[in-house]
Amino acid sequence: MARRYDSSTTTFSPEGRLHQVEYAIEAINNAGTCVGILASDGIIMASERRVNSPLLAPAKVSEKTYKISGHVTTCVAGLTADANILIEEARLSAGRYFHKYQCPMPVEQLVEHVCNYKQAYTQYGGLRPFGVAFLFGGWDSEYGFQLYQSDPSGNYSGWKATCIGANNQAGKSLLKNEYNKDEEGLPNLETALKLAVKVLNKTMDAAATSGDKFELYSMKLDKATGLCVHHILTKEEAQKVLDAVAAESASAGDE
Amino acid sequence: MDSVFALRYDGGVIIAADQANARSILVYQNNLDKIIPLSSHTMMGMSGPNSDLVNFSDFIRANVKLYELMNNGATLTTDAQANFVRGTLATALRKGPYQVNLLLGGFDVADKKAGLYYMDYMASMHPVNFGVQGYASNFCLSIFDRDWKEGLTQEEGVKIVEKCINELQTRFLVAQPNFIIKVVDEKGVRTLSFGEDPADV
Repeated sequence: MARRYDSSTTTFSPEGRLHQVEYAIEAINNAGTCVGILASDGIIMASERRVNSPLLAPAKVSEKTYKISGHVTTCVAGLTADANILIEEARLSAGRYFHKYQCPMPVEQLVEHVCNYKQAYTQYGGLRPFGVAFLFGGWDSEYGFQLYQSDPSGNYSGWKATCIGANNQAGKSLLKNEYNKDEEGLPNLETALKLAVKVLNKTMDAAATSGDKFELYSMKLDKATGLCVHHILTKEEAQKVLDAVAAESASAGDE
Repeated sequence: MDSVFALRYDGGVIIAADQANARSILVYQNNLDKIIPLSSHTMMGMSGPNSDLVNFSDFIRANVKLYELMNNGATLTTDAQANFVRGTLATALRKGPYQVNLLLGGFDVADKKAGLYYMDYMASMHPVNFGVQGYASNFCLSIFDRDWKEGLTQEEGVKIVEKCINELQTRFLVAQPNFIIKVVDEKGVRTLSFGEDPADV
């Protein structure tokens, strides 16, 4: 039944579904996992670094984490080529806003702009949707730190913690159980980092043995300058987090 | 011939403007309000031909309103609005310039700061503590230079503005019997006094 209504992006099926959009969302489930966690003092976005062949030259820049502007960063899951187009659009959008108003674009407005761009490919032109899902982490003066997820349909939502890419359901269920289960308010960055690693351990095929299988990104606010501080953990820093998580899970069984 | 001047005090901005609408030797109207509110907490005192004054201010006001409608009521800060206005002047400059000189004042409720921006028709802009547009600058800048200080109250600010009005009415060749004074503070934009009621008769 779906076969007759799934070739064109701009056709609803009799059940009221857009199959091409759904297929695009499926394509992302083959991509490397990304976890995003909102903390009280920042945002963590952790990604799986997939190396498909030992012959591949080491990446010069990240293949998962991209800076959109001084105050917004994104993590990508899906077709890299598609992602590049959308990242360019997001950067232009943020840049144009700053040029017009001389102040940083509010995070949700930026996310909505990118999503409206994606939505057009589900309604006009007969072009296929973008096979990319994003996690947007950003800060603005009105709402502070925010985490958003968007998918090929052009829908987006705000999250305290979420997961995209391979095994994201397993990741999400772990987050549901473990995110801030004991306290009020949000966890701090250190706790969020350890939780992110725990989630990636679960979603990846084998628990990561070294820090270079992950990419751990953190965003903080420098109170003195009012600027966001972006940091991708070095191999040594990442290893420390891995060791801390391994130690915690080893002793967890003792209680 | 318009006189527009403004000062920033602790907690807000006061803008004053004469109320004449004139071209060459003819006065069309004596109750014109040249201080246009842009949003709930910003206003713009303008000088220039009435056509540009109305056209430009309508355009800016509509765009500020559009932003609020498009973004679930989110407001632009005074600084963002000022840069938007300057950008509009700059883009039009080498096509068909808006012949308006203005003083944009506003109060940001979120961080409790007052801001005043001086802009001219060539799209130059600078934040200032006080400003004067037109011939009035020859008479009023020295008063502001002498009397303005950080941490003024609204009453002290109004007194300085009244001093400027007095000076113009004494020494300026062009008679300007009517001035309108507006203030913007935490509570928003409101009129303090006017010479002739701007409401259409």
